[in-house]
Amino acid sequence: MDISNYLYLSAILFTIGAVGVVVRRNAIVVFMCVELMLNAANLAFVTFSRINGDLVGQVASFFTMVVAACEVVVGLAIIVTMYRSRRSASIDDASLLKR
Amino acid sequence: MTTSHNLVYLIALPLVSAAILLLLGRIADKWGHLLATLVSASTFAIAAIEFFSMRSRSGAARPAMQDLFTWISVGSFNVHASLLLDQLSICFVLLITGVGTLIHIYSIAYMSHDHDRRRFFAYLNLFVAAMLLLVLGDSYLNLYVGWEGVGLASYLLIGFWNQKPAYAVAAKKAFVANRVGDIGLSLAIMISFAQFGSVSFSGVEAGVPHASKAALTALGAMLLLAAAGKSAQFPLQSWLGDAMAGPTPVSALIHAATMVTAGVYLITRSHFVFDASPTAQTMVLIVGGITLLFGALVGTAKDDIKKALAASTMSQIGYMILATGLGPIGYAFAIMHLLTHGFFKAGMFLGAGSVMHGMNDEVNMRRYGAIGKVMPITAVTFGLGYLAIIGVPPFAGFYSKDKIIETAFNAGGSKGIIVGGAALLGAAITAFYMTRVIVLTFTGTKRWDDQVHPHESPSLMWIPMVILAVGSVASGFLFNSGHALVNWLAPVVNAAGHEEGKALMQPMTVSLLALGVVAVGVSIAILKYRTVPVDAPAGNILTKIVRRDLLQDDFNDRVLVRPGQALTNFFVRMDNSFIDGIVRGVGGIVAVSSTNLRKIQNGYVRSYALIMVVGVLALLTTIWMVTL
Amino acid sequence: MSIVTVLELIPLLGVIGLFALPKGSTKLIKQFSIGVSLVDLIISVVMAVRFNRGVSAMQFVESRTWISSFGIKYAVGIDGIALVLILMTTVLVPIVLLAGWNESENGRWSPRVYYALILILETMMVGVFAATDVFLFYVIFEAMLIPVYFLIGGYGRGERAQAAMKFLLYSLLGGLLMLAAVIGTYVIATNQIGSTFDVTALSGLHIDSATENMLFLGFFIAFAIKAPLWPLHTWLPTAAKSATPATSVLLLGVLDKVGTYGMIRFCITLFPHAAHTFTPMIIVLSLISILYGAFLAIGQRDINGLIAFTSISHFGFITLGIFAMTSQGLTGASLYMVNHGFSTAALFLVAGWMASRRGSTKIEDFGGLQRVTPVMAWAFFIAGMSALALPGLSSFVSEFLVLVGTFTRYPLAAIIGTTGIVLAALYVLLTVQRSLHGPTTPGNESLSDLNIREKIAIAPVIAILVIFGFFPKPITDVLNPASHEVMTHAGYVDPQPKAGK
Repeated sequence: MDISNYLYLSAILFTIGAVGVVVRRNAIVVFMCVELMLNAANLAFVTFSRINGDLVGQVASFFTMVVAACEVVVGLAIIVTMYRSRRSASIDDASLLKR
Repeated sequence: MTTSHNLVYLIALPLVSAAILLLLGRIADKWGHLLATLVSASTFAIAAIEFFSMRSRSGAARPAMQDLFTWISVGSFNVHASLLLDQLSICFVLLITGVGTLIHIYSIAYMSHDHDRRRFFAYLNLFVAAMLLLVLGDSYLNLYVGWEGVGLASYLLIGFWNQKPAYAVAAKKAFVANRVGDIGLSLAIMISFAQFGSVSFSGVEAGVPHASKAALTALGAMLLLAAAGKSAQFPLQSWLGDAMAGPTPVSALIHAATMVTAGVYLITRSHFVFDASPTAQTMVLIVGGITLLFGALVGTAKDDIKKALAASTMSQIGYMILATGLGPIGYAFAIMHLLTHGFFKAGMFLGAGSVMHGMNDEVNMRRYGAIGKVMPITAVTFGLGYLAIIGVPPFAGFYSKDKIIETAFNAGGSKGIIVGGAALLGAAITAFYMTRVIVLTFTGTKRWDDQVHPHESPSLMWIPMVILAVGSVASGFLFNSGHALVNWLAPVVNAAGHEEGKALMQPMTVSLLALGVVAVGVSIAILKYRTVPVDAPAGNILTKIVRRDLLQDDFNDRVLVRPGQALTNFFVRMDNSFIDGIVRGVGGIVAVSSTNLRKIQNGYVRSYALIMVVGVLALLTTIWMVTL
Repeated sequence: MSIVTVLELIPLLGVIGLFALPKGSTKLIKQFSIGVSLVDLIISVVMAVRFNRGVSAMQFVESRTWISSFGIKYAVGIDGIALVLILMTTVLVPIVLLAGWNESENGRWSPRVYYALILILETMMVGVFAATDVFLFYVIFEAMLIPVYFLIGGYGRGERAQAAMKFLLYSLLGGLLMLAAVIGTYVIATNQIGSTFDVTALSGLHIDSATENMLFLGFFIAFAIKAPLWPLHTWLPTAAKSATPATSVLLLGVLDKVGTYGMIRFCITLFPHAAHTFTPMIIVLSLISILYGAFLAIGQRDINGLIAFTSISHFGFITLGIFAMTSQGLTGASLYMVNHGFSTAALFLVAGWMASRRGSTKIEDFGGLQRVTPVMAWAFFIAGMSALALPGLSSFVSEFLVLVGTFTRYPLAAIIGTTGIVLAALYVLLTVQRSLHGPTTPGNESLSDLNIREKIAIAPVIAILVIFGFFPKPITDVLNPASHEVMTHAGYVDPQPKAGK
């Protein structure tokens, strides 16, 4: 199988994630789309690692995973707090910064 | 040249005294006037000692020098603070300290009711110090310090009662008009330095033969401008009438006897420049001639006794300036007239002050009349001054003024006839307006209110008047006997080599001519003012113009003041709207763009994400296109 | 360690001490700050005494590597011009602290911060005149904006925030241009003599004329904003109207001199040919400044605005003197910087006292003060006389030297400049007439005269104005070798008298 198919898949996943971030309002879904983009990146890293025949890409993907895990912790905490305070998980309600 | 160590005290004593009186404040109220008078008298004593010691020396040893310290030394610009007392400056020093002391004494009584008398005496001492520095400085820059110093003292004294806005304005006007003249003096000093590399009198004199005609003419013109400002000569004369706002002793000392004659001193001192530049000399003649007629005309229409005397001062200084324009022989006569004028005009001003003192500060001569009966001493001393100024022999003015008229006629050609004619005409008008003053004030019927009780002034006031009256009687004869003053001044003004040209008129002819026109002037005045209405008659258009000082203020107002104000307002508006407007405009553009850009910050995470995506795509596309 | 460095360090140590003082003792803070500035004054006097006046080279030099990879050094040293300006600074700081005793109390922050800012400013003011490393100069030049910004914005009056912002933006614009020019000069130096910012080394560079003109303009515009030269002046009146008197004194009296000082030290020394090229333009701008500033001063209704515009006029004289390139012009201009510092100080301080008593800065709100508060009126009058350069006061000597120096090379410019003396008489005497003379304006009857503290603050300023009017030799002796050096380096000699033997 052509190894570049993994890259296409990675691109498709990334695009789906990106579109999701832009168009969805629910914070959880936006969040999951961000995760999807990170994982698309991971897939690309691993693929390139395979292509290049070294472990640099794999190591990078581990970094990404760690960062993603941290992000999940912080992000979910924010979403939960937001939901508690205003009974909604819509990110459009959180547009207070513009004022 | 002799070295002296005492000259500095002439300046230092009054200066220190002024500082003491000003710094101590009210503590010095009780004795301030006494200290000031004492100091003034001691400067006169020093001056007298210096005079006699100078007389005892002879020839080149007569001038005395005192080098104090290096004042400014930058590159080749070296100016020492040094004093020079020569035959010319001693005349002034004696006049300043002598008349100054008399006026100090007079003021003790005149100002006794003013609770700021101490301040007045401090200013007087400041004036004496500055005026002495003016005539003692050995370079134009030293002279300049005294020049502005007397301007300052004059400003302070004119505005002595500056709680009255009109007086404050008069003081400011005097200072500003003087400053216009100061441009001339500043530029003259700059020209001297650029041309001769020196600003001392001796340095400039030594350089004159090497200089170009154009440079000398420019230098002379600038000196003349300076003299016109200080001596109230045309076209800078308008301040002198308003300067009468100051207390009368000030008018006598500063605005009649001493400060206003500084211009004559400056031109005489710079005789080497004018002698070398006939063009500049002609300018001096023109300015002097115009002013002597101008002042005399203005004097004919003034009802304010002090302003009438001020106009007369302007006219008499016109005579002196005219004389300095007549070449080497004229300088001595200018100085002679200056000295005699110092006596009789100061005496008359003091007389006017005495009348005002008795008349509750009334200055309108139409409300005087028959004062001679109640104030005999004032009337007699004033009358002697009057005889002196109109030039009746053997009083002082006869000698000094006739000499000027005679020299003017003998200047040669059409110039001589024009200048001499102007001087003669001036003498006639002088006789007219001075007779008018006498008639309106001292003779005729009383026109004052019953609540006014004129009385003779106290002895502290009339003693100085009597002394000055003696001077008005005798000084002319003394100066002229054996050409005493002319010979005394000859080494300074280079008059020694002067040859008597073919005289147009003999002295006798001139005297008779002058006496004739004076008699005409006097008779007209006596006939015209047999009855005097208390309110001035409307008069014809000519009278109105003369009353408005020949429209000099209107001219200045239209040509200088109003355009100046308009220009100022224009600049203020331009600064606010145009220059700062550009600055604000740049700021505004930034602000507007920020406001518009801010709309992108709508607070929706989704749109931020979209912008990021678009940005990344744009970036990638750019890189792709570049690498392609 | 050079005595100059000591001079810079003392106020900084003072700031540390200031924050170590116990809380709530405002009086102690004030006394301590004045004490620190007095110590600095004494040290600067010692420095002046030890200064060798026969030498034109830099003295008390110190050089330490700061950023070695760019050849940047902490390098200080002073010549005569820097010496007199530093002395002026150290004299003025204790005076303004004493004069503005209560200024710190109505600010946004505590008095402690106010005094810390002023002391920091003193360090920088000494440093900027002493710096012989272009980069060091640039850093201090820019850093000085910070304390002034906070002093105007935090302790000023009226629209202080806008004024502070306008000042900052103007200065930053100039600073940016100067930074570009500094970098440009550095690049050229790196190609020719290796990486250095030393001003003496840089003055020997060979730069092609187009580049030299650009670099010159970079420096010059920064300095022309600082020293405000028409038409870059509009920040000054705004700042002067909003700043406290003490800040105004330091701003106009000292900081603005950095502009004119920089023109001598950097513009002319580093780029003599460009200076020559631009001289006609600069002389025209100076003349416009002289007359324009004077006209606007006449038209002012606000007393601080008036002083600001008179300063613009006086800065015109200073730049005129500098670019006349004669020894009288240069020495006169340097002397003018000092004299203007003191005469402006006197004006601002007395005007500040008048304003704080009356509660207004409008000239027409005063009137008849001579009868009510004679001492204050006299102080203002003398300061005014100094502003119009009355002979006998120190400003006359400098103004006259500038005009004489200009006349020998550019007679027409000097003639035009001389007319400024009439306008000066007008703006001073109009203000004197409106504020001191005339009947007492209602509301002014019970104003109090100067108290002892204020008299002590103003007395030395007036004494300096009078003493150096009659005896300017100590200052001119120090300035002469320095101006001669500048002239010689720029390739000028004094014009000879035309009617020579």
